[in-house]
Amino acid sequence: MTFLNYAPAPESTAILDLRPSYGLFIDGAFVDGHGAPLTTISPATEKPIAEIATADAHDVDLAVAAARRAYDTTWSRMSGADRGKYLFRIARLVQERARELAVAESLDNGKPIKETRDVDVPLVAAWFFYYAGWADKLDYAGLGPSPRSLGVAAQVIPWNFPLLMLAWKIAPALAAGNTVVLKSAESTPLTALLFAEILQQAELPDGVVNILSGAGDTGSLLVNHDDVDKVAFTGSTKVGREIARSTAGTGKKLTLELGGKGANIVFDDAPIDQAIEGIVTGIFFNQGQVCCAGSRLLVQENVHDEVVERLKERLRTLRVGDPLDKNTDVGAINSAAQLKRITELSAVGEDEGADRWSPECALPDAGFWFAPTIFTNVSTSHRIARDEIFGPVLSVLTFRTPDEAITKANNSPYGLSAGIWTDKGSRILAVADKLRAGVVWANTFNRFDPASPFGGYKESGYGREGGRHGLAAYLAPSRADATVRSTVPAVARTQAEPMAAPEPVVETTNEDTK
Amino acid sequence: MTIDTASAERAVAPAARAIEVVGGDLTEKSLRRYLEGIPGVDAVGLETRASALGTRSIKTTSKAWALDRIIELIDLTTLEGSDTPGKVRSLVAKALVPDAADPSTPRVAAVCVYGDMVPYAVEALGSAHAAGSHTGIQVAAVATAFPSGRASLAVKLADTKDAVAAGADEIDMVIDRGAFLSGRYGEVFDEIVAVKAACERDNGTFAHLKVILETGELNTYDNVRRASWLAILAGGDFIKTSTGKVSPAATLPTTLSMLEVVRDWHRLTGEKIGVKPAGGIRSSKDAIKHLVTVAETVGEDWLTPELFRFGASSLLNDVLLQRQKLRTGAYSGPAYVTVD
Amino acid sequence: MSRLTIPKTYKLYIGGKFPRSESGRVYEVATRGGDFLANAAKASRKDARDAVVAARSAVSGWAGTSGYNRGQVLYRIAELLEGRSAQFVAEIMRVEGASESAAVAQVDKAIDRWVWYAGWSDKYAQVTGSSNPVAGPYFNLSVPEPTGVVAIVAPQGEGSLLGFVGAVAPALVAGNTVIVLASERYPLSAISLSEVLATSDVPGGVVNILTGSPAEITPWLASHADVNALDLVGAGALEWVDLQIAAAETLKRVLPPEEGPDAAAPSLDRIAAFTETKTVWHTKGLL
Repeated sequence: MTFLNYAPAPESTAILDLRPSYGLFIDGAFVDGHGAPLTTISPATEKPIAEIATADAHDVDLAVAAARRAYDTTWSRMSGADRGKYLFRIARLVQERARELAVAESLDNGKPIKETRDVDVPLVAAWFFYYAGWADKLDYAGLGPSPRSLGVAAQVIPWNFPLLMLAWKIAPALAAGNTVVLKSAESTPLTALLFAEILQQAELPDGVVNILSGAGDTGSLLVNHDDVDKVAFTGSTKVGREIARSTAGTGKKLTLELGGKGANIVFDDAPIDQAIEGIVTGIFFNQGQVCCAGSRLLVQENVHDEVVERLKERLRTLRVGDPLDKNTDVGAINSAAQLKRITELSAVGEDEGADRWSPECALPDAGFWFAPTIFTNVSTSHRIARDEIFGPVLSVLTFRTPDEAITKANNSPYGLSAGIWTDKGSRILAVADKLRAGVVWANTFNRFDPASPFGGYKESGYGREGGRHGLAAYLAPSRADATVRSTVPAVARTQAEPMAAPEPVVETTNEDTK
Repeated sequence: MTIDTASAERAVAPAARAIEVVGGDLTEKSLRRYLEGIPGVDAVGLETRASALGTRSIKTTSKAWALDRIIELIDLTTLEGSDTPGKVRSLVAKALVPDAADPSTPRVAAVCVYGDMVPYAVEALGSAHAAGSHTGIQVAAVATAFPSGRASLAVKLADTKDAVAAGADEIDMVIDRGAFLSGRYGEVFDEIVAVKAACERDNGTFAHLKVILETGELNTYDNVRRASWLAILAGGDFIKTSTGKVSPAATLPTTLSMLEVVRDWHRLTGEKIGVKPAGGIRSSKDAIKHLVTVAETVGEDWLTPELFRFGASSLLNDVLLQRQKLRTGAYSGPAYVTVD
Repeated sequence: MSRLTIPKTYKLYIGGKFPRSESGRVYEVATRGGDFLANAAKASRKDARDAVVAARSAVSGWAGTSGYNRGQVLYRIAELLEGRSAQFVAEIMRVEGASESAAVAQVDKAIDRWVWYAGWSDKYAQVTGSSNPVAGPYFNLSVPEPTGVVAIVAPQGEGSLLGFVGAVAPALVAGNTVIVLASERYPLSAISLSEVLATSDVPGGVVNILTGSPAEITPWLASHADVNALDLVGAGALEWVDLQIAAAETLKRVLPPEEGPDAAAPSLDRIAAFTETKTVWHTKGLL
């Protein structure tokens, strides 16, 4: 026998107790939706998992109204300490039901159980723990004393880390005292609905969190709803741009986590074995469906061949297959549409003259699969070096000097993530300084932590999630301080005052005002 | 530490591998330059990789195969000041028949004892003794003033020659960690070359040489990696983590790091070097993690006694318990394996 | 008999130079009473384009200076302004029709504003950055960095010098470079300030000042792909929602209009608004 062909080690789905159908979660209860229901499927098998109600405009109204009511009557009046206790409860419940959530996530998303079990779900619990502790310490959030919450937060999350993105959104929003209407992604609604059950177990007051399923139109209805005060979106730059347009002038505070084309820079003195691992983690974690993926590998020219050779050797040991098998390294692509995009862009890469390589690996017949792929001989002008592929496809480019590496890394409208691999500490710091990216990993890649702010430069979006910065995104200065920079929707002030008689410009504000 | 020019230019033993790879006239300086040119190790990344390999889930048929293979890879060891001929005979008996209740249980690869115990091991093994062949059980002897290595070269060589003469098939030598840590790489190198020479039998064949790095004392992964290269360049057949007398002994990241060197050596020369983690591996679970690490780093070709060993004493009984569980479906207990 | 005065030609300030508008256009600047004061350059979209090029090329140098150095450069502006305060007082009185005491108060405030912001340059990162206690063997820091090129519509009303400084100084503190659309009606302070800037230690291209019609020019800046941020503090009378929509095309950071004497009031938030938080993870390993 061959040992490396490990016997199947499937995680049992017996732990899941799914209902055949799920409603919308509004005002603390599961209710019928009025949109056309959708069937969520397992991308690994294309088998249906459950029928999911979707929200139409009326449902969105109901959810926003429930959130507003909960904000006005309960949540904004509750002490920070008590809000924190609810978040702690949620964190504990997530830990208690961790295995179940991991299985559900792998089933619905197609990502390996190894990742949901060891990364996604533990981070979800960590996120709630972290922000739970902030709830009664808002004075230290950086907005001066007694900052106030914003009101109702409309949150729209993507399909690549469904539950984790939910946690990134909901935990800071609630800690800061906002209420939430969250819309999950069309292809991955399941774990948000299980999370709604957790909220019921935590006895979170009705309406504080409302969860809607649906496609992009539902998300659009939500973020453009008149009665939301905050919009947080994670997804494509295209949709982010639409949201930035549609919310212009509304005074809604906006956080956008958008696309990326992260550069992973390998210098010739890199700790080579760890760099290879980092390249693999950078682009094959979650099948490369990661906004901060290290999808552009920039290798110093004098070690290019060796790095590529070692990388190929390493890729031969990756296991592609059943997401629920505990030994799977690379799972299924999330949807047919995403698989199509990856397939098309990879074909473009070949047409443009780059060299394509994948290890031999048998892919299942049913489901959506794409073998780990490396393109060498890639130029900066190639589309596969510029466009976000959002799949397990790595483009390898070369550089000769640190300056060239930095220039090439920054040569992108995106600016979300970057990696640096070198044994030279001073070079790490200098290169990190010059990279135009919101997250830089030095001798590591794709690490996340609730204490660590995450977000992009340029067209990768704005605002930060995680850490104190992520909390501040859900707060405004206290009313007393608000005159300094008003957060009252500026529409109300579009008419310039008629010129008054000249008056001395008197400043009453202290120069050290926040 | 400053190296004066004279000693830097000092020639080191002209070991064939080193001449081929390092090139030129081998000197303390050229050796040092070569070792210092090896890429560094990022400890966090190495440990992350090791722990990821440790999460592989080995079930059913794979597990059954792994348990048997672990037994076949064990150097069943006793290295106590209180060792006696009786103790060694008992060890050998266990090596020959690990589980009397199940004759399908494979035998271990070797017994590992102090040099003065070699005659008793050889005698107890009788016809089961490999005696230079690949079949049968090997006798391994620790040598070179094990475990500290603090003795003159003459003593170390005599120690080695005695063990070989008494019938040891394998010599587990320790490197001079003091010399290594003070930067006298050439000295460590020369000593390995000399011990290798001392492994020669009258008939011109050699006892296999395992070079113990004592990674717990080398401390850093960069040192482990350099020492691994040095031991291979000097002619070692195996690189071994530890004596078992220093903590930490074999850890998964350390073994991984050494396997990476072995893999790179193979890429460079086509030659296969063995690896032996020793000390601290007590459970089947830990041992399986090592098998996974070997298979996914150098390939499963290495999962043979010629290229991979576990230096362990209590591991065997835990594997036997697991085997019994697989066979009967019920959990077993310590009373159902022999204490030796 | 009084001496015949020599009126000044008011020009644009781009890349450290004082060009006329490439369009050759000017517009009349009048006193409060409506008398002719000067012909100010009326910038065109091409002037705006040139200003963006100048601002972009100045980013790496300016952002690369130490906070200590930037602080001294900004403080130097205050020093120079102090020495020329009489000129600014006179211009403000003529253009805005302000009383002498009000004009003096405005200039003093403007000088103090530079000083206040100058002091922030080597401190704001300590206040808005963070050391992040992540659960793992990583050294993890978040630091604010300049957003890049910022287009600013300066406050358009009276208090034109103070409004201008209040909008420009915070963007400079963090290391951004700026293109500023001066007050259309009261542009003289801005133009005179450009002369101060030109003789100060502020590198050419760091501050670029356009006079003319914000309604005409701002859309070009709002849609310019090489502008990273848009401060609409003085754009209240413009179709500023459309500007914000145009800015969304490249996800520019946008600050909304503010009105009244508190517009562009001093605040750390104004500095932070045009910074990007960069989080760097380093492995920490002893072995």
